[in-house]
Amino acid sequence: MAQIFHRSTNTISKVSLVCAVLGAGGLIAFAYAMDRGAYVTDVKVVKPQPVPFSHKHHVTDDGIDCRYCHTSVETSSFAGIPATEVCMSCHSQIWANAEILEPVRASFRSGESLEWTRVHDLPDFVYFNHSIHINKGIGCATCHGRVDQMPLTYKENTLYMNWCVNCHRNPEKYVRPRDQVFSMTYEPPANQEELGKKLVEEYHIQSLTDCYTCHR
Amino acid sequence: MKEKPALDLTKIRARLDSARGPLYWKSLEELAETEEFQAFAEDEFADRTPDWNNPANRRYFLKLMGASLALAGVTACTKQPPEAIVPYVRQPEEFVPGMPLYYATAMQMGGVATGLLATSYLGRPTKIEGNPDHPGSRGACDYFHLASVLTMYDPDRAQAVSNNGRISSWVAAQVALASAREAAAIKNGDGLRILTETVTSPTLAAQIKALLKDLPGAKWHQYEPCGRHNAHLGSTLAFGRPVNTIYHFDQADVIVSLDADFLSCGPGNLIYARQFADKRRVMTNVTHSPQPKENWQEGYQEGPSAPRASQSAGYASEARGPVVLPPQVQAEGKSPDQTTLNRMYVVEPSPTPTGGMADHRIVLRAAEIEEFALALNTALGPGAPASDKFKQVAAIARDLQAHRGASVVVAGANQPPNVHALAHAMNQLLGNVGKTVTYTDPIEANPVDQRQSLAELTADMNAGKVDSIIILGGNPVYAAPADLNFAAALKKVNFRAYLSLFLDETAVLANWHLPEAHYLESWSDVRGYDGTVSIVQPLIAPLYGGKTAHEVIATLAGQPDRTCHDLVQENWQNQSNFDLFWQQSLHDGVLKNTALPAINVTAKAPASGQSATVQGLEIIFRPDPAIWDGSWANNGWLQELAKPQNKMTWDNAAWISPTTAQKLNVSTEDMLELKYQGRTLTVPVWVMPGHANDSVTVHLGYGRTHAGHTGDGVGFNAYLLRTSTAPDGGFGLEAQKAGGHYHFASTQHTQTMEGRDLVRVATLDEYKKNPQFVDEREEGKPIPQYMTLYPDYRYQGYKWGMTIDLNACVGCSACIVACQAENNIPVVGKIEVARGRHMNWIRVDRYFKGNWDNPELYYQPVPCMHCENAPCELVCPVAATVHSGDGLNQMIYNRCVGTRYCSNNCPYKVRRFNFMLYSDWYTESLKGVRNPNVTVRSRGVMEKCTYCIQRISAVKIQSEKENRRIADGEITPACAQACPTQAIAFGDINDPKSRVAQLKAQARNYSLLEELNTRPRTTYLGRLRNPNPEIEKG
Repeated sequence: MAQIFHRSTNTISKVSLVCAVLGAGGLIAFAYAMDRGAYVTDVKVVKPQPVPFSHKHHVTDDGIDCRYCHTSVETSSFAGIPATEVCMSCHSQIWANAEILEPVRASFRSGESLEWTRVHDLPDFVYFNHSIHINKGIGCATCHGRVDQMPLTYKENTLYMNWCVNCHRNPEKYVRPRDQVFSMTYEPPANQEELGKKLVEEYHIQSLTDCYTCHR
Repeated sequence: MKEKPALDLTKIRARLDSARGPLYWKSLEELAETEEFQAFAEDEFADRTPDWNNPANRRYFLKLMGASLALAGVTACTKQPPEAIVPYVRQPEEFVPGMPLYYATAMQMGGVATGLLATSYLGRPTKIEGNPDHPGSRGACDYFHLASVLTMYDPDRAQAVSNNGRISSWVAAQVALASAREAAAIKNGDGLRILTETVTSPTLAAQIKALLKDLPGAKWHQYEPCGRHNAHLGSTLAFGRPVNTIYHFDQADVIVSLDADFLSCGPGNLIYARQFADKRRVMTNVTHSPQPKENWQEGYQEGPSAPRASQSAGYASEARGPVVLPPQVQAEGKSPDQTTLNRMYVVEPSPTPTGGMADHRIVLRAAEIEEFALALNTALGPGAPASDKFKQVAAIARDLQAHRGASVVVAGANQPPNVHALAHAMNQLLGNVGKTVTYTDPIEANPVDQRQSLAELTADMNAGKVDSIIILGGNPVYAAPADLNFAAALKKVNFRAYLSLFLDETAVLANWHLPEAHYLESWSDVRGYDGTVSIVQPLIAPLYGGKTAHEVIATLAGQPDRTCHDLVQENWQNQSNFDLFWQQSLHDGVLKNTALPAINVTAKAPASGQSATVQGLEIIFRPDPAIWDGSWANNGWLQELAKPQNKMTWDNAAWISPTTAQKLNVSTEDMLELKYQGRTLTVPVWVMPGHANDSVTVHLGYGRTHAGHTGDGVGFNAYLLRTSTAPDGGFGLEAQKAGGHYHFASTQHTQTMEGRDLVRVATLDEYKKNPQFVDEREEGKPIPQYMTLYPDYRYQGYKWGMTIDLNACVGCSACIVACQAENNIPVVGKIEVARGRHMNWIRVDRYFKGNWDNPELYYQPVPCMHCENAPCELVCPVAATVHSGDGLNQMIYNRCVGTRYCSNNCPYKVRRFNFMLYSDWYTESLKGVRNPNVTVRSRGVMEKCTYCIQRISAVKIQSEKENRRIADGEITPACAQACPTQAIAFGDINDPKSRVAQLKAQARNYSLLEELNTRPRTTYLGRLRNPNPEIEKG
């Protein structure tokens, strides 16, 4: 009986097997890279905003506290984005004629809100509450990074569920004294593990890994 | 759907008589074991007809699979869409983004206000609750209040002023109104008419009266299709003038209701239900033994709301802290021997929630009730001969006389004036006046005989005496008595202006239609059932530039610039220290000391027995339980609400008793031709056990033609049979079977539990003998004690649980709509409901017990049981439903892949599946009504009761910030919040002093299907009845 397949079929089949394995691996690697990469996560990606607002300038140079603008961070789920009026409380006096602040002045004149692009955007099935985190000794910088060094604001962390759960499972690694929550320069001490355990006790932090903690 | 065979009523009767059937039954279909019922019983989602119609061939299959594969991959790669943050330009001071604000306001129905607290997120009203400070609410509300917020966002609302169908402006309408006034002013007001619904608003009444003073020839008419006409005429008969009757059921030990459904509708129904239930609340010192397992107090260390002193008190983690062994919670209360219950006799033709709560329900045709009342009145007199027609009368009279001053006789809104007069006379005879019954002046600003008022108006319009008519709401073209032919008369009027929320049947005939501002958009004032005035306060600016009746009247009065806010403020300006008074009134939701004072009136002896002839077939007109007089027809929540008595949605029907059905040779879903006073209507039949024989109840409000997308063409218009001579119905009905068949969408078979002993009932005497009657099993088998190798999970912090007291639940169904509003539950439509796919998380099951002529009625609300050993959790392949640390059965939508295994495995059938995209994601205005704290579910996701986790979380976060434990009563799920009788209790079972732990310790506490060892967190308290031994024997 004549051979049905040509001899080269052997090579082709071997090569295609290897290719299939590599290809599958490659696809998985690609998918993973996409998933974790900035294209999807927007980590360190600066988004267009109506005004090129600099946290670095306002926090580091001017020494303004987070809560001056994000007023409801201690009381509400939402930290609050300042009303145009808050911007104008200073900028009616300083940089009152600056070109880049024209949208702010226009908003104040017309009564039309400024439309900022959300930088930290959780999916709609996640219910995050700022106030409880602030209250339990989680610093702003723990999640938002060194905002005081961001000329333009970007996202420091992925805000992925495994990133959240990492802290919800091990709060002692991240908790800091309440009086340091708003500090941008706070560095965890060498004995963080020990201090963390003490603070977890003191602040009654429960490692909240029930689904209903965030999803409802 | 295939044609269903008719019910074999003879077979059912035989089954009931032989007592082979289940003790408690849900429907006649269940007794007949019809195919349809079997299908529902065997398969939770019975109809699995695919939702697409293309026949599947190989090619199509491959195409579909290829596409799904591609899409499955592609959808996973979607980037989150960018979102904007839009802050205020000038942020209001009291406003904290992310936190709700609550405003006191009031809603009126039929002129009677109920004080409400409305929740507002970012300026959007989302949820209505009762105002605890309002005497007519005490924190509760009914489903109309709860659903009113959906009406506000209804995209079908009239959105612009229109002139003969063309869009116009408010200014143009004002000019037209002003010229109508001018034209009338020349004739001293002649020819100008105003038609309103019942008006109790002091401001509006003052405005109209001032206008009439200016224009003495003008007239004010009022009409309400389902109002309190009979009550007013009845009190006029008894006292010579209309008075407002207020009952005090908290003082009443014996209640006789003459066709009065005072627990679920009419003025004061919420507070009456509360008072009634308070007299039925039974707390005894007999502890349930052995105590249900979920009631063990594990790890509980600290009093409920004490601040935490030491570090880990009350929060011991698994690793540390002593575990306290389960102590028994001691039930607190009276000894069972001292337990007292009120006793209620209800005489009615057609079943109502009030009839369901009766200890003795006497089924009579509506027209026989007058005779019954006469007999009762005679029996109360000295030396009266026993009535030979009504056996029970003598016993009831003796019971009433034994409770002089602590009894009450109530007459129903649909009973003729004579019955009301008789009730007044009996209350006087029994010394109840001033104790269980008080009288005040009418709360209506102008208590006219509205039926006569409308008849006069129609006659004048026909006679050409009316040049201009201003109609303020009410939709009279649809709801006016059929014989008046209101529409034809209206067309003879030159200038017809109409103010209403929707472009309804009347709007079509108006030259000027003015969009009305919803009560959540307007300022007004209105009186409650006892006269207490509440300020109606807006939560949002009118969505479509709507105007209020105040503004229309002000325009007519030549003050076009006055806003409703100014007008209401002006009316109360004479109060001392006005600013403080105003702020206080807005804050409290009630104006202090505005309840009308009690007056002394003496009832005349009622006219002696001349009752209507009782012969042939009778028709009864009733407002629909769900959509009332038709004004709620476009509200999806109410259309889809399973009506308390027959669990029907999206329809009305002719209710007849099984015996009458046999006589007429019809069955449920057959068509019946009704001929009454020369008018004909063909309506489908609903065979209603417990309905009076030779009597047909039809509900008003359906068959709308201009209600909107939701309400158009739903059901049958019973107003076509209703005339001004017989507005409540009467004899002379001819009924015969018509051809054709109709399909209802009733939920009474969906999620059925097939006659297991889910409702447990005892009489008071039985209870005294055996307080733990709930454990007595029908089959005589003891509940098996299950053993397990696994140790119980220890709940160290909170342990949430719920009890539902069947003794207090009146089946009003407010909980269903409260849950719908709170949890963004979608409306699915009639076809989907018929397939068993309705989405309400809590259902209220209704059971019958006994024969079909006069069965006992029982109601049982069933939410998720949050089982300790939850069967649903075991079968989920993706762990989308799991247990939380405080014992909740969590349902995680973003994990759910829609296998529906959980639902198959749930013995309580409380899980709901989104077979399609039921939530409306596209209608802009409906986005506003959603609770921002609850996910709006998508297609392919399972959902169920969460015990309102968003409320638990909010309170928990607050308590954590304040470093304390959550106090008992701080968390109230939406169902418990709305419940008028406080039948639902929720709290921490780990706290032995909490209300829920106390209730669970009661001997009456039982769980559903405990033989399955699911250990539900939701448990029930058995129902007690208090029958009169004299009647029970005979």
